[in-house]
Amino acid sequence: MISVQHEDFNIGVEYENLRISSQSPGAIVTFTGLVRQIYDKESKGDRVQSLYLEHYPGMTEQKLIEIEEQAHSKWELLGSTIIHRVGELSPDDQIVFVGVASSHREDAFLAAQYIMDFLKNEAPFWKKQKTQHGDGWISSRKSDLAAINKWK
Amino acid sequence: MLKILYFAHLREQLGRECDDLVLPDGVANVAELIDFLKNADPVVNDIFESTPKILVAINQVVVSRDSEVTQNDEIAFFPPMTGG
Repeated sequence: MISVQHEDFNIGVEYENLRISSQSPGAIVTFTGLVRQIYDKESKGDRVQSLYLEHYPGMTEQKLIEIEEQAHSKWELLGSTIIHRVGELSPDDQIVFVGVASSHREDAFLAAQYIMDFLKNEAPFWKKQKTQHGDGWISSRKSDLAAINKWK
Repeated sequence: MLKILYFAHLREQLGRECDDLVLPDGVANVAELIDFLKNADPVVNDIFESTPKILVAINQVVVSRDSEVTQNDEIAFFPPMTGG
């Protein structure tokens, strides 16, 4: 299941939905990404006042489904959930949720990391942060690109 | 008609999010389309000259600069993704 949404999500509810909809899972791994209070490099130590998330409607959903399908083809998964928020967010808000159900923990851990690594590099989302010194679009990180190369 | 979309700081610098364009004569691929757009609008030229890496998608799939462009395609230009 994938969702691109403005609204916040409840990880307890998402976990429970995944547990119930998956056929007898032995392991569920969940990941939650949050808005940092200080986004190191670009912010020069400034506190983030807000974070705006833009996306490419249509392509975003298509890409998230593709990443989810790739994960299912690589590992034995019983279910998965990807939720990504868009719009105006504040420090400590939840941005992204990935949940993966499998028979065993290894597949669930690996698939969750795979989904996040590809989501960061290939799903068309862009972040703009506001600090007391102004607005700025966040640049992509080399470490994120390196993260997908390890899967090749 | 081609639909051309711009995202993130490209959209902001340009001051608009899309252009509609009849596929110009002599434009067969992405690189030629970029050249056409740069010649037609100095702001587009500035954006492409000042941004180190601009990605392009045709019909919502990321492609390379030598990919073919055809009438009615949706072309999108954007910086590397920063979600998650």
